[in-house]
Order: sequence, then C-alpha cells, then structure tokens
Amino acid sequence: MALIETQHLTKVYELGDSAVRAMDDVSLTVANGEFVAIMGPSGSGKSTFMNVIGCLDVPTGGKYLLDGMDVGDRDRDELAEIRNKKIGFVFQGFNLLPRTSALENVELPMLYDGCPPRERRQRAMEALKAMGLEGREHHHPNQLSGGQQQRVAIARALVNRAPLILADEPTGNLDTRSSVEIMELVVKLNRESGITIILVTHEPDIAAFSRRIIKFRDGLVVSDEPVKQAEQQVKDP
Amino acid sequence: MISIPSTLKISLRALRVNKMRSALTMLGIIIGVGAVITMLAVGTGASERISEQMASIGSNLLIIMPGSSTSGGIRMGSGTQSTLTQDDAEAIAQECPAVSDVAPIYNGAAQVVYGNQNWSTGISGTTPGILPVRDWSLSSGRAFTEQDVRNATKVCLLGQTIVDSLFGNADPVGQIIRIKKVPFMVIGVLAKKGQSSNGQDQDDTILVPLTTAQKKIFGTPFVGMVRSITVKARGADELAAAEGQINELLSQRHRIGPRQEMDFTVRNLTQMMEAREQSTQVMGLLLAAIASVSLLVGGIGIMNIMLVSVTERTREIGIRMSVGAKTWDIRLQFIIEALTLSLIGGVAGIILGISGSKILSALVGWATVVSPLSVLLSFSFSGLVGLFFGFYPAYKASLLNPIDALHYE
Repeated sequence: MALIETQHLTKVYELGDSAVRAMDDVSLTVANGEFVAIMGPSGSGKSTFMNVIGCLDVPTGGKYLLDGMDVGDRDRDELAEIRNKKIGFVFQGFNLLPRTSALENVELPMLYDGCPPRERRQRAMEALKAMGLEGREHHHPNQLSGGQQQRVAIARALVNRAPLILADEPTGNLDTRSSVEIMELVVKLNRESGITIILVTHEPDIAAFSRRIIKFRDGLVVSDEPVKQAEQQVKDP
Repeated sequence: MISIPSTLKISLRALRVNKMRSALTMLGIIIGVGAVITMLAVGTGASERISEQMASIGSNLLIIMPGSSTSGGIRMGSGTQSTLTQDDAEAIAQECPAVSDVAPIYNGAAQVVYGNQNWSTGISGTTPGILPVRDWSLSSGRAFTEQDVRNATKVCLLGQTIVDSLFGNADPVGQIIRIKKVPFMVIGVLAKKGQSSNGQDQDDTILVPLTTAQKKIFGTPFVGMVRSITVKARGADELAAAEGQINELLSQRHRIGPRQEMDFTVRNLTQMMEAREQSTQVMGLLLAAIASVSLLVGGIGIMNIMLVSVTERTREIGIRMSVGAKTWDIRLQFIIEALTLSLIGGVAGIILGISGSKILSALVGWATVVSPLSVLLSFSFSGLVGLFFGFYPAYKASLLNPIDALHYE
C-alpha cells in the first residue's frame, strides 16, 4: 500500500508582485518500506516537497495522501498531531535542544502526546540504546560528537514509532566516517524495521545507499528511477 | 497535549539558564508588589489609628459650647460667654428625642493630694451620663449616681494616670484624696483610654459629681452654670437630627431671635473624625495606586524579556513544533514561564512588603497594618500581570511558521 501519494502537488510563493512556483505538478507515490533519495540543485523544489510531505507546510494546489488520509485541509494542530505520530525528522543541523540531555531530547515527541513519564523515560532509553548511545543518556548535545548528535536525532525520530522518516541532508555536517555510520544505521532501520525513508542529499555517494532516486529541477520531477544493482552501496542480501 | 508538570519543568529550566535576567525581571514585580503592600499597610495603619481615636472619644458625640462674649466691641472667642446651665442639659435630655445621653460638664484644674504624693490635673464635674456618652467603663469600683449629684457628695472617679501617679500599685478604691484641700472618697477607677486625637492624655482626669465641682471645689459665677454639655445621639444617622433639635431648643430657651447670633455652638466631633478617616483612606488608596503603577511597569518588563526570549528561542520553538507541539503547547510553555516569573516575584514582593512596613513603623514610627486582603490582592494582581503580559509573547511564539522557525539562525 502507498504510504505517500501526491497528485499534481504545487506550491506557489508570493514574493511581492511576482509568484514563484517552487513546486509544479508533482505526482508521486512512495510505498511502505521504500528508501527514496531526493536529489536536485538548490532551488529545485526538493525542500518544498519535503516540507509538504513532512506536514510542515501546506501545498497551494493538488492533493497529498499520507497513509491514506488527505492531509490537504488540516489545520495547524492537526498537522502537528500527524507530525507527532507519523513522521520523524532528521535534519542536517541535528536540531537538538541545547542544554538538554540526550534522554530529554528523545523524550520530546512523547511529551506532546501525553505519554506518562515512566513510559517516556523507558522508551527513550531503549531508543538511545538501539542507536548505540548507552551511557550517554545524560550528555548534553555540546558534549557529543556530530555523529552521536545525529544518532540522538534519529532516536528522537523513531521513539514515537513513526512509519516515515524524513532526513534532510542528514550527513551534511558529518565527516565521511560518521556519514557512512549514520547511513548504515538508516539502511538497517529500513531493512530490519521496515521504516519508510525519504532522504534529501546532494551527494551521489549518499544517494547510492537508497533504492530509488528522484531528481528535481525547477519545481518539477525530472527523473525517478531505481538505483542500479551495480551502483548500490549496500547490496541486497 | 503536554501536561502541566512537564511544561512547568521546561519553563523553570529556561528561567534557570538565564538566572541574572530572570532575577532582574522579577525585581520589577518584587518592587511593585512590595510597594503596593507597604503603601496599603501605611494607609490601613493610619485609618485604623483614627478609628481607634474615634472609639476612645466616644461615638456619635456632639459637644455644646457657650458662645463668645463681647466686651467693648471685642469678641472674646468661643466658650468665653457663660450661657449654658444645668437646666439646659436637663431640657436637652428630656425634649430632644434623637439624644440618648447627656453630660453637662463644669471643669477646672486643681492640685490633688494623697499621702505625701500630689498631682495637678483637670477635674470635671459631671453627671453619671458621662460614662455612656464617652463610651467609658470602670476598671474597678462603682460610678457615682444621680443621688450623689443631687447631694453634692464628695466622691470621685480617677483616671488611670492619676492612680499611677498618686497610688502607684496600691488599690485606690475606698481611699481618701484631697482636691483643693477638700477630702474626697475614691469610689472607682476609669478604664484606660489612652491618647486623644490631638495627643492629650485622656486618663489624666478626675470625675466628680457636677454639683460637687460647682459648690465645693471651684464655685460658680451663677448657680447651675456649666462650661459645656456633651451629648450622645441615638445613632450615627440621628446625629444631624440631634444637632437640629438642640439648636432649636437652646435658641428657644436662650430667647434668640431669628436674626440674632447664637450664644452657643454645637460641634460634631464624629463628623470631623470621619472626614479625617476618609481623607486618610483616600490618601492610602492613592499611594497604593501609585505603587501599582510600578507593578504594571514590572509587568511590561516581563513582556519585554519574554519577547526577547521568544526571539532567542525561535529555533527551539521550531524543533518543538516539528516533533508535534501544538499551538497551546507552545503558548502554555511561555505563559507558564511568565507566570512563574511574576508569581515568584509576587512571593518575594510580599516578603519585601511585610518587612518594608515593619521597618517603616520601626524607623519612622508610622502605624502600619498589613492586612491579609492586601497580600492576597497584590499576589493575585501580580499573577494577573504575568498572565496578561505573558500572553502576547506566548501568542506570538505559537503563531511562528515551523519551517521558518527551524531555519532561524
């Protein structure tokens, strides 16, 4: 079943008198358990697409179905609820709360869905453990390396058992070794837990971890094809 | 929806991170609440003092003084004419329905001797009516009676100051003292009243039967003369009626024509005191109003800091929104932060206000009374200020666009 289905999605920004078509007639489907990379130069509309998919922004036209629900006419709070339950975000700049422990950062999504404190703590601990961060629960972001911070962010994205993870250049601020580590983690999540992953990246090396690459240019989808076996970073078992 | 304890935790953490800033912001509220409580305490203290004085004079009092005498075109001032008599007093008691008690007074100063002690004091000859009129009671012994007045008995009632200076700790009742060398038996002691509104010691007095004072101590220019008549009205709302009735009766008795000047005046003490109390209350409220302006300024300080805080934490707000914080989750976080600032400031302000009024009364000697109501009032006012001035920044924060907030540098 399709987790994401967009039909003729457009986004127009009004800048003074001129209108900018950031996204023009994008129709796509992403099935449950897919691992998609989105590429394209800056200004190609891929960020706009990600914002709409992530329910951070609403499209000007077209239709967006997430998990079978029409997201188009939801208000702010309904969108917040969807983000809370269905979507985990991983950002380039990690976006962890400063002066807040890793544990409390991971607890954050559960704070907003009324999860009782005891369960909150337990699930956050488990998520951090799964990311190999056992023993660092009480470290603040500035006491962690970039790779570790990104793993905290992934733990936060996973902790509410969201079926979809949106990663916006997750390796952009990391060195090559950490990048590979993070990507291997993401691949593992996709393969073993069946979590759908949509990843935005500039780097073909990173895109090669995925199974399907969608390219944007000038607000349009210009190519959408599976990654060839020969080019895959992680071979099928 | 986020739970209140979790929000409180987030807010407290945010306030802890900027300790200096939070403390300075609170200072505005602390000073505001402190000032309001202190000023209200000063106001309440002053008006309570006046009420006490009013109670000590006696309530619903009218004092009738003789008018001024004129000799060779020179008017001698109030009380210099001797026009009031004991009969006037009796007529007032009988014919003015708004009057409940009457006490004619014939007073003077005399030397009082007991054993080897002596003391100069005011002696008032009066009737038993004086006790109800002045709301006076006896701390020991008995009062003199109408019988004593008729017979000009040589008995007296002593004020507490007289007892202290003549008898020390001994019991004066039953003892004989000499007033102007005339022996008097002490039959009772008046309860302590303290200072009057103009600082006079009201306990430095001796009461004797009216006729005794007239005939056996001072002597009178004519028979039955009294220096003043003190009258108690039946109630506060009958004061004006009593005043009118007395004016009418005495004009008639003294044969004063419509165009002639009265040879007596009726003074309404209670009214004067009430006017004073009212003006004190107004003054106190005015002070509190001025002080509450500083509380308002403190509130604006909170709003200022909260706006800065919202701008500084735009990215944090974006992160919270991206993981599912709803409009009211964000609003509540900042409102509770502002409320925490103002309520902690309020508690500290109450402590400051209470100690401030204590210090003021110790240093300047002003009577200050911190009423629980004023504490409650200023505390809830500070809470309201926090809520009011915290709402706009919280509202602003909740309306941020999550994408813009996330990419805010």
